[in-house]
This record gives sequence, C-alpha cells and structure tokens, in this order.
Amino acid sequence: MSGQVQLIIDGETFRVKAGISVAAALAAAGRPFRRSPNGQARAPLCGMGVCFECRVRIDGVAQQRACMVPVREGMTVDSDG
Amino acid sequence: MAERYDVLIVGAGPAGLAAARAAAAAGARVGLLDAQAHAGGQVWRRDVDYRATGLARRRLAFVQAHPGVDWLASSTVMAAAGGKLLVEDPHAARWLDYGALVLATGAHELLLPFPGWTLPGVTGAGGLQALAKQGWPLAGRRVVVAGSGPLLLAAAASIRRHGGHVVGIHEQAGYDDLRDFVRGLWRWPGKVLQAAALRARLAGVPYHGSSVVVAAHGDDRLREIEVEGPRGRRRLFCDQLAVGYGLVPEVRLASLLGCRLDAAGAHHQVWVDDAQRTSLANVYAAGETCGIGGRDCAVAEGAIAGHAAAGRPPSAALRRRRHHTRAFAAHLARHFALDERVRRLPQPDTLVCRCEDVSMKALDGHSDARAAKLATRSGMGSCQGRICGSALAALGRFPSGGHRPPLFPARLDTLGDTDFT
Repeated sequence: MSGQVQLIIDGETFRVKAGISVAAALAAAGRPFRRSPNGQARAPLCGMGVCFECRVRIDGVAQQRACMVPVREGMTVDSDG
Repeated sequence: MAERYDVLIVGAGPAGLAAARAAAAAGARVGLLDAQAHAGGQVWRRDVDYRATGLARRRLAFVQAHPGVDWLASSTVMAAAGGKLLVEDPHAARWLDYGALVLATGAHELLLPFPGWTLPGVTGAGGLQALAKQGWPLAGRRVVVAGSGPLLLAAAASIRRHGGHVVGIHEQAGYDDLRDFVRGLWRWPGKVLQAAALRARLAGVPYHGSSVVVAAHGDDRLREIEVEGPRGRRRLFCDQLAVGYGLVPEVRLASLLGCRLDAAGAHHQVWVDDAQRTSLANVYAAGETCGIGGRDCAVAEGAIAGHAAAGRPPSAALRRRRHHTRAFAAHLARHFALDERVRRLPQPDTLVCRCEDVSMKALDGHSDARAAKLATRSGMGSCQGRICGSALAALGRFPSGGHRPPLFPARLDTLGDTDFT
C-alpha cells in the first residue's frame, strides 16, 4: 500500500499517497470542493457517496463524488471553487 | 441479453459478504455489487493505513478467492424493471438478471441541520471515520465528535488512530439513559468487550452526556462550535466537527421494487420474515436495511438470506443468533432516542436542503415534501433528498416519501434504453 501517485488539481501538480480518495487528496492539497448555488464553499459531509457535497470534475467528467473515487496516476481534478 | 446470477446481492458490507459466502458455499453463482470501489461496506471499509483483521479480513478474502462469486465494484443500481436491475459502473451500464435477489443496502447517517452545519469542516461522525480511512488528513487537527449512539465511540477511535486530536465526545442522550444502556449490556458479552476495547483506545478523551452542538462558526471553514450541556453553553475551538445522530435504513431500492416497508420511528425499514424473505417472491433483505441492528446482526441475517436465496434452510443456530442480535437493536433504540432539543436546533434561516440552498423558513406553509419541492426545489438536487428528506422526517416536518428511478444521478447513456413508465 506504499507509493505515491501524481495528479493535477486545478492545474497544479501534487504527489499524494496511492490508494487514498480524491476527496482526501483535495484536502491534503488544501483545495476547495464545490460551491453551493448561493456561492458558499462546501466540503465532504457524509464520506460515503450519499450527500454529493464533494463533487468535482475528474478527468473531464463533471459531477463525480470525490469520496467515491480512488486517486490514479495522471488524474486531473477540477473543483469549481 | 442480461447477465444472470443465481443469487445477486446488492451491498458488500457485513450482511452482503455473509450472504455471498453462504450462497456460494451452497453452490450458487453469485453476483456481489457495491457502489464503493472496495468491498466491506461502512463498518469494514478498507483503510489505506491499516489492514483488515479478524472476520472482516476472512470474509473479504473469501469473496475475492471464491470462483463462484463475481465482485462488481463501483456499481450502482439505478433502476429495476421486469425482474432485472439496471446497474451502472464507471464504464458502462447493463441489466442484471437473477434467480434470487438479496438487498444488503445498509444505512446512511442521520445528519441534522443546525446553524453552521454547511461549513467545510463539519461532517458526519461515521462520515469523518469513512473519510479518515480513505486518507483524509487528520494529523494534528482538533476534532469534536458529537451526535448520538455507539457509533460516536467507534468514529472517535478511528479519528484518533489516524492522528486526529479528539477534543471530546458530546452525546445528546441523557446520563440516565446512558447508564441504563450500559447496565443492560451484560446480555451481549461481545458488545461489552467491544465497548471496553473502544474505551481503552479512547483513554483520556472526555465523554459528555446530555450535550448537544447547537452552532458551528467560521468564515470559509469551521473555526469553533457552541455546545450546550447540563452546565450551560460553552465554545470550543476545533478544525473538524464530526456530528451524526445515528443511522437510517437505506430502503430506496426495496421501495422501488415494491417490497413492504414498516415504519421505524420517523423512517422506514424493510419487512422480512424469519428467513429474511421480503414481501416479494425471490427477494431477500438483510442487515441495516431491515432496521438498525449493528454488525453482528447484519452478519447473522446475511448468512440466513444467503442460505435461503440458494435454496438451503438456515440453521436453528443462525436464527437464534439473529434473534439475540435484533434484541440489541431494540435496546439501542430505546436508550438513544432523539432529544427534543435536537429537533429545535435549526433556525428559520438555517439551510436544510444543502444541494439547492433552501432554508427552513422557505418550507413554511407547504403541506408535504412534494409540495415543498415543487415550490422551493428542496430535495431536488443531486442527493435526491437523501440528506434533507431524512432530516425533515426526523424533525417531524414531512414524512419521508416514495422513491422513483433513477435511484442515483445516472449518465444519459445508462438511461437511454430504459422505459420508466
């Protein structure tokens, strides 16, 4: 379970521990998650794919739940924050 | 043509894994699917820092090694029609056919609104535990754990194990109930051992009863909280607040299929007989979806359902274990009932629908969830009312309603050839 992967979050390159979730990678990188319709910053609430507060764009696909997806080498993640 | 399994199991937590083992051992071809990338459910969720041990390790290894079990990861049931399930994974969607279906869909956490609960840094209690197991950074962070039920102890222990500094645990149940709960535990020696082990892992962490988090404060993220206990209000600095008020059975798929549901307080649970049969032929249910009973109950019910779904009568010993563990569920529900104070936490301007930013006062004058949804968009966002619907039911505002497909937001190509009429 050792090793690291490299991913690009909001255009910046980060190295994170392999096997962690995209949500954990965003938190470790200090990056935001979504903004609500009124513009409030939001972050993961349920941790298990139910609340949809952690959704981000992953490899160009919008509305992905960051808590449900493990990081992969070369992954691109974009928040709307 | 749809792929066919003798026994198809939805949910790979303790109940689903037990069902898979029992059905596969009886010679059935088993499909086991879960929305998560790894099997284990919530209780046995894979931890990026620690290997699984004990029963969890054995059950996960069995499923991976047994040639009769197909493990379908990252797979979500979107719809059901004609005795088949429409299942989406990250690449494609397909229909799965089955001889027997086992619903082991588990539960989700009851997350209740209070001023400040939308701030980044506020999560569920089980929510932060799940995030921590997936690598969420906690080292050196000040964490307050709050809400209700034994899950708070398990969550706090996990948070500490991952480097978080647990400032305190705030349980809304009163000291009388907590004392009676502990006194009644002798009937479940396994639980006494579990509780003792958790206490040891939480040495030095203050545990407060009759204590409720009434507000969270911060700018762009959580900075401090207000807690109300028997000795009044006080403010605590923290980086994370992990607050959950117990669990709600996940019944959406059962409801969509047309299984009989029973009321479980403000929520619903799937009705089953003593062989875990639902009201529908060839459809079984096991574990938390049948009522919150905990891991041991889920393991027993999953095994019964797996045997029954494969056409084998479950043993008398399994039925006794089910009965015993279900009694614990009743003991739990009796002593961790929601305090009226918690129901009064949301203020008129507190957001209840987090997807669409709908406040409590916007719901005034609407008679039910559907009327409120049409007028305010409450419950219309991506979570499909999972968070606000359960919360509003628990608050006594609107009863939780019926469920329509798709069960989760789905890709257009998944829905392309589906007739939902």
